[in-house]
Amino acid sequence: MIDKLAASVAEALTGLEDGATLLLGGFGAVGQATHLIEGVIETGARDLTVVANNAGYGQVGLARLLKEGRVRKLICSYPRIAGSTIFEELYSAGGLELELVPQGTLAERMRAAGAGVPAFFTPTGADTSLARGREIRRFGNRDCVLEEALYGDVALIEAWEADRWGNLTYRAAGRNFNPVCAMAARLTIAQTQHLRRDEPLDPETIVTPGIFVDRVVHLAYGDPIT
Amino acid sequence: MATATTEWVPLSRHQIAARIAQDIPEGWYVNLGIGVPTLVADNVPKEREVVFHSENGILGIGPAPEKADLDPWLINAGKEYVTLLPGGSFFHHADSFAMIRGRHLDLCVLGAYEVSSRGDLANWARSDDDTAPAVGGAMDLAVGAQRVWVAMQHVTKSGEPRIVETCRYPLTARASVTRIYTDLAVLDVTPDGLQVREMVAGLSLEALQEKTAAPLRLAADR
Repeated sequence: MIDKLAASVAEALTGLEDGATLLLGGFGAVGQATHLIEGVIETGARDLTVVANNAGYGQVGLARLLKEGRVRKLICSYPRIAGSTIFEELYSAGGLELELVPQGTLAERMRAAGAGVPAFFTPTGADTSLARGREIRRFGNRDCVLEEALYGDVALIEAWEADRWGNLTYRAAGRNFNPVCAMAARLTIAQTQHLRRDEPLDPETIVTPGIFVDRVVHLAYGDPIT
Repeated sequence: MATATTEWVPLSRHQIAARIAQDIPEGWYVNLGIGVPTLVADNVPKEREVVFHSENGILGIGPAPEKADLDPWLINAGKEYVTLLPGGSFFHHADSFAMIRGRHLDLCVLGAYEVSSRGDLANWARSDDDTAPAVGGAMDLAVGAQRVWVAMQHVTKSGEPRIVETCRYPLTARASVTRIYTDLAVLDVTPDGLQVREMVAGLSLEALQEKTAAPLRLAADR
């Protein structure tokens, strides 16, 4: 019988290694797998590369992981938000490598990884300093920059509802990067607000099919943690 | 005695937003940037259906909620709480940016530090060595939307022109902006340069030119 349920955050994170690339869902506080991210601290993993839209805020989730010194490199579109003080301190002190990626390119690089597309050209950013030193080709009347797929070792995502097959739904703006991260990592771990252990989700409403999900942990913590 | 008057009043942020809203027809799919652009939504008449898109996966954004109706799972790209209008939908980030990059949006309204006379846009970083830069969806929107309009103050706080021959700030995209709405004027970016469509009452073209670091002429069809 297929059963992707893990009994705890620690069990869900088994096998996470030093130097891993982590893909994190979430946009601001909404749809962020806060408990899994904080669970990474307990595993002791370090020298991590973290891919996320934002660089954490306050003292929770990614901000805590950064503060603990576990992250070597951040691949991010909008690191500076209200409350991102831990990121700002680390970055200005030179304690963190930052690769800044336009938000759509960040999503598409992960989608490409999940879809087996090793690289693609896009006009986004081609005329800017972010394309410095990169391959540019002209398609039609537009310069385009070559962008490579962004693969993860582990994706940490948050769902609204899950079943034992790893099928997932999301709530409102909580969807954001989660389905994209799910398809781009070798190991995808979801924390879910609601669980249907044996009763399958309605196949017409599933957003992320279980093929993209390896482990599910049930954490009914309620509203986004701000 | 009649004298040449220099008495003109710049538009407020809300008035700039209201002026932009006049030009958005029913049925358009529109993304609004942070700041003055966000205010545009409140100025579209209720009977005119315009669908607002948010980068984080929402079509059909409505006004801010009353406290009692606040849904903590429903935020916009500026991470403010919003509502969803009938006909709205949720989708993931790759689809959201497929809408932007795949040229499905009719319009994007953005703020800017500078715009050049060729429509080059600078709105994401103040310098090449910005201490903690953030780009977000600015570059995707600037190349992807069918039309890019800018809402901004005509000059900086110290009176320097923001409409220039060549941007000094780092570029977001080249030849992107087609129309500029400022507190003083509405300008079209055309292959023949900047054309003034409107000015606030009492402002002369000469006075506007003094505040603009690129040549202006009046639009022939204004």
